[in-house]
Amino acid sequence: MDLFVTLMAAIFVNNFIFSKFLGICPFLGVSKKVETAAGMGVAVIFVIALASAATWLVYNFVLVPLNLSYLYNIAFILIIASLVQFVEMFIKKSSPSLYQALGVYLPLITTNCAVLGVTVTNMESNYGFIKSLVNGVGAAVGFALAIILFAGVRERLEKCPIPKPFQGFPITLITAGLMSIAFLGFSGML
Amino acid sequence: MNPVKIIKNGIIDENPTFVQVIGMCPTLAVTSSAINGVGMGLSTTAVLICSNFVISLIRKIIPDSVRIPCYIVVIASFVTIVQMVLKGFVPALDAALGVYIPLIVVNCLILARAEAYAGKNGPVASLFDGIGMGLGFTLALTVLGAVREFLGNGSLFGITILPEMCKTLLMILPPGAFITLAFLMVLVNLVRNRK
Repeated sequence: MDLFVTLMAAIFVNNFIFSKFLGICPFLGVSKKVETAAGMGVAVIFVIALASAATWLVYNFVLVPLNLSYLYNIAFILIIASLVQFVEMFIKKSSPSLYQALGVYLPLITTNCAVLGVTVTNMESNYGFIKSLVNGVGAAVGFALAIILFAGVRERLEKCPIPKPFQGFPITLITAGLMSIAFLGFSGML
Repeated sequence: MNPVKIIKNGIIDENPTFVQVIGMCPTLAVTSSAINGVGMGLSTTAVLICSNFVISLIRKIIPDSVRIPCYIVVIASFVTIVQMVLKGFVPALDAALGVYIPLIVVNCLILARAEAYAGKNGPVASLFDGIGMGLGFTLALTVLGAVREFLGNGSLFGITILPEMCKTLLMILPPGAFITLAFLMVLVNLVRNRK
């Protein structure tokens, strides 16, 4: 039950995009089409799940015993960078078609602050291994949900007459703001 | 090389927030008050100046193929230093900015300047580029924070100005960040188009 609450809270209430503002760059950059948004969402779920597990293990079995926990930031970003590299190589070998579809977005995940954000939050809240994993997957699913919904809205937005100063980023941000208001409604859920 | 020109370029011509639209996560996340905006802006500026300088110094030693991981390690080291300084001297600000301090590592502004400027220019020019971009970022965050704090909490830098009934709570909640930034960008667009 506790894990279920953690999962739901991570997906809806503390949605990474709309309430914590993590991963905004890919959110704004890769949300023009639903297909690419979905590809990005899946890649992020995959990387965050691996990163939550890997950073938990390294933090609790390497950094803490060696009294190096203050180096967590450097350690985590290196783990994430190498993990992304590894995932990229693995997908390239095992499923070239998926690799084609994700292409450019895979290496960009390293600088997606959602990944580092989840791992740092897990560490700061002293979550156990399973809870870290659940929290990570939940946050990533929330990210995927937000980016796919948003891409759907943006596809429609392309066809609308928009006043010139509002074109481009401003109207995108206003749309995101309105969706964020909708997601505020979830805060009473738990 | 003209220091004044480089700094002006960072603050106005290529303002990271309003013109380049990078480093959005901290911009939106911590600007619920003006003072948080200043704190986040200056922390990022400190990291940016140091990382730009060091990366520029070592740019000829680093092999091209591993330059991004090297840049990230340099940046992460400076972020750790800034985090320790904040924890030690201004714990209140550290608590207010929370997880977003370690996340300066993945602020795309810093990596973008390392890649676009410090990796190609001399240390002194990179230093000034760091100062300009950092101040431009700080300025944007402060303005955003001030507008949101004024509308949402009726105060500026903690000093109450508006009466209780004029507060719009929405502006300091997450949606307010998106909407305020959108309207500030519209304003910037209008001014630019007039020129």
